[in-house]
Amino acid sequence: MFYRESGQFKSSYAKDQAIFPIRQDQIAIVLILAVAFLVVPWFVNDYWSKSVLQPFLVFSIAAIGLNILVGYCGQISLGTGGFMAVGAYASYKIMTSFPDMPIVLVIILSGFCAAGVGILFGLPSLRIKGFYLAVATLASQFFLIWMFNKVPWFHNYTMSQITVPPREFLGVTVTSSSAGPAAQYLFCLGFVVVGAWLAKNLVRGRTGRSWMAIRDMDIAAELIGIRPLQTKLLAFAISSFYIGISGALIFCVYLGTVEASEAFDINQSFLVLFMIIIGGLGSILGSFLGAGFMILMPIVLKNIMVGSFGMAAVTAKHIEISLMGVLIVFFLIVEPHGFARLWQILKEKLRLWPFPY
Amino acid sequence: MELLQALFVSPFMDMWNEPAFFIETFTKGLLTGVLYSLVALGFVLIFKASGVFNFAQGVMALFAALTLVGLLEFMQGKDMTANHLVGMTVVAAVVAIGMLGLKKVNKISSVQAPYALLGFCAVVGFAWILRTIGLPNYILIPFAIVGTIITMIALAYLIEIAVLRPLVNQELIILFMSTLGLAYVLEGVGDLLWGSDVKILDIGLPTDIYIAEFPFGDVYIEQLDMVAAVVAAAMVIILAIFFNKTRIGRALRAVADDHQAAMSVGIPLKTIWVIVWSVAGIVAMVAGVMWGSSSGVQFSLSLIALKALPVLILGGFTSIPGAIVGGLIIGVSEKLAEVFWYDLHGGAIENWFAYFVALAFLLFRPQGLFGEKIIERI
Amino acid sequence: MNEPAAQAAGSHDKVIGDVMLDVNAITLRFGGVVALNNISFNVRKHEILAIIGPNGAGKTSMLNVINGFYHPQEGEITFKGNVRSQMRPHIAASQGIARTFQNVALFKGMSTLDNIMSGRLMKMKRNFLWQALHFGPARKEELEHRAFVEKIIDFLEIQSIRKTPVGRLPYGLQKRVELGRALAMEPELLLLDEPMAGMNTEEKEDMCRFILDVNDEFGTTICLIEHDMGVVMDISDRVVVLDYGRKIGDGTPNEVRNNQEVIDAYLGVSHD
Ligand SMILES: Nc1ncnc2c1ncn2[C@@H]1O[C@H](COP(=O)(O)OP(=O)(O)OP(=O)(O)O)[C@@H](O)[C@H]1O
Ligand SMILES: [Mg+2]
Repeated sequence: MFYRESGQFKSSYAKDQAIFPIRQDQIAIVLILAVAFLVVPWFVNDYWSKSVLQPFLVFSIAAIGLNILVGYCGQISLGTGGFMAVGAYASYKIMTSFPDMPIVLVIILSGFCAAGVGILFGLPSLRIKGFYLAVATLASQFFLIWMFNKVPWFHNYTMSQITVPPREFLGVTVTSSSAGPAAQYLFCLGFVVVGAWLAKNLVRGRTGRSWMAIRDMDIAAELIGIRPLQTKLLAFAISSFYIGISGALIFCVYLGTVEASEAFDINQSFLVLFMIIIGGLGSILGSFLGAGFMILMPIVLKNIMVGSFGMAAVTAKHIEISLMGVLIVFFLIVEPHGFARLWQILKEKLRLWPFPY
Repeated sequence: MELLQALFVSPFMDMWNEPAFFIETFTKGLLTGVLYSLVALGFVLIFKASGVFNFAQGVMALFAALTLVGLLEFMQGKDMTANHLVGMTVVAAVVAIGMLGLKKVNKISSVQAPYALLGFCAVVGFAWILRTIGLPNYILIPFAIVGTIITMIALAYLIEIAVLRPLVNQELIILFMSTLGLAYVLEGVGDLLWGSDVKILDIGLPTDIYIAEFPFGDVYIEQLDMVAAVVAAAMVIILAIFFNKTRIGRALRAVADDHQAAMSVGIPLKTIWVIVWSVAGIVAMVAGVMWGSSSGVQFSLSLIALKALPVLILGGFTSIPGAIVGGLIIGVSEKLAEVFWYDLHGGAIENWFAYFVALAFLLFRPQGLFGEKIIERI
Repeated sequence: MNEPAAQAAGSHDKVIGDVMLDVNAITLRFGGVVALNNISFNVRKHEILAIIGPNGAGKTSMLNVINGFYHPQEGEITFKGNVRSQMRPHIAASQGIARTFQNVALFKGMSTLDNIMSGRLMKMKRNFLWQALHFGPARKEELEHRAFVEKIIDFLEIQSIRKTPVGRLPYGLQKRVELGRALAMEPELLLLDEPMAGMNTEEKEDMCRFILDVNDEFGTTICLIEHDMGVVMDISDRVVVLDYGRKIGDGTPNEVRNNQEVIDAYLGVSHD
């Protein structure tokens, strides 16, 4: 009844190509942003900020990045953790070498570092495809983590753990343990909103189309004039840029202290991959839904098992792992195209409701 | 200059000056390589027959080793925890369901529901009796092994019903993701059943060191490694015979080439999948036992799968000889690099070195070890 | 089905220009199979050239050589005066060669609109940084190309499936979208590999009409492979006949029809 396209004629191609062509969607997004920026900061406490909102936001960025590579360009990557580590360690090195650099710039530069490394490890994609490439990307995961642990320069010749120094943004401390929950939340949110908007623009334009062409049929793509080399490497670069920013935020804001082999191990790569598969490959919205699901589910499960049933934490952990596995298989069976597709179907139903024909 | 020296000169001089040590390292690499081959073989079997990149292969090895240790400890009469009880029951239940399945899948046996229940009671009862009698190890071990094999077969059946069948005709990446989910399930369940502490797996394999005497010095080789290599090699030969000489084996190869062809051999696809996953499960068990015997059964055992992956890109996802030779190449080069190029990297390279070997190789031979060059068509 | 086609063929007062594409002594082998054996022919500006021949004759391979996907062992190709023996497909594309495929090679995950828009990729100049902002020149460029693509959509009469993912379309429409994607490249030479295979009579008529219109209105040179002899005779200006990798005939439809070798090798065994 309320969710209607009818009557909203698109008078120009520009309107037709807007991100949210339907008025109700536009209103919804404005509302969500208003709540996220203006309401939540007043109420957010330490627990919500640290355990739910921050991980959700930083992993959303990583999921968008990986979705660009896997969902849009069709190159499976299992090296996400490694690229996150690049972002984290780059931000650490930059911050300690140039203490006066603004934190936003630090994080963006870290993204560029990750992009460079991403291009390097994307080179094999020119010769190998599919699962061969997926396995090859594990090389980056293992090598990068090894390097950050092994080469003392990266952690300034201390123990392999790195800790973020306090930094301010617009006069408010956003990094280290002295930062407040609302400030940290808003800082991450800013990156997420800008990042998602840029990503959406990219994937709906020429760049996105050439990625999808490579994904769907790389031979035909080359025959219509797409250069596989540049296109794939661009996907690797931009994907790693996002993932690097996510890693930098994980280090600077979310965790504050990290150790490469713990914070960015291969399970992190799988986690982000799950996010985009369950959320929906080739969908920016799906990246958010998947990240939300994969962050919230363990918390909910744990609260139910330990909180309500008083289970031992270890047992609960094992059950949680098995249940995660079961849920993943279950979701793949029910909707292999993820939440994003479910959402789309729901929208189509809504559009016709209450008269389905 | 120093770098070049460390890269190209001194390692080779070391090899030349200490031939016994070189041979020792080389052999050690070969023996580890055989294990890599075995794990890679598990991947190849499943990929060939069903196109599934089974990331759970490593966890299957862990799961099998855990089951074996659990069964053995139970029968040996170790202090029983609630975990053991639950574990035994679940294994028995899995076996019972599996027996039911066998009938449905291919009339291999005529087991029916009551019999499955009977099978359930039999497993628990049998293990219980063995436990109370207190038999010596050399009798219990074969029972435990058989019990584990049956469990792995039953597991294959369950996987077919619960994961593969509903996902048939899905994209390959979806199937791949489902095996990641499967890996989580197996890991969680394995730990739940048998506990997550490090367990010692002793099935009576020799643990001494064998000393080969050469004119230029003595070469020390661990007997456990040798046994592992022999068992793995035997496994490979058995599989080769199975694939080439038996009807089922030939059908399996047919299915790899063409699903229609497999149908015409008269074996339903489902059966073939169950068989392949069973075989892969048994292969995983052997690998798990060999690895577990030398370094204990714990979560890290599942990581041997990650060691086998570079073998796959080197040898190809579908080539059995590729898996074997690739495993040996990776095993040897990894050991040599670890030992003789130590100064250059300072150790702990085993996680990534194999991947670089495989990638470097692909640069020169994109079709892998035994693959033929394919010209894509459109 | 011959009616619109014949009509258009009847109005053949068009001017055939100079040689645009010259195929010179091409030999292509796959292991022991000789797919193309010393093939030479040429395509002139503004003409419709048909390549015919029995299954496995090497027709598709010939097109693949022309647009750089296969690299022949011997011989060379001259396109608009540039001689080459090997090149990457995207370079052929940038020189103005577009293509449709025997087994539809659309981008399955994308909508009709996006598939045709992807044909404009080469013409779009703004880099990804502009696009990320979706602002100023990048936005303007996107809208201009959208307008162009809409014209193609109107021309091919596929307005109603604009937003449908192509994977869900019936075969005949997929072929039409594929033609749209090729047209979006504004090619000078259009290669069509069995554009009417698997279509019913009505769909074939439509397709014939589109091909003739493209040739007429945009002046595009067309080189097509077709099994339906009726269609070939109606719409083509010239016919090249291949058999087992050899060229056994080259001439106007009438000449080819009366060529004894062609009759023996091809028409004699043809079923359609
Ligand atoms: N990529 C390839 N690898 C190996 N052989 C090939 C390849 N492409 C074509 N061939 C072989 O070259 C020969 C010619 O094939 P082509 O596809 O060009 O025939 P065609 O005339 O298009 O036939 P059809 O009418 O069936 O489309 C065939 O024998 C085919 O098997
Ligand atoms: Mg053909």
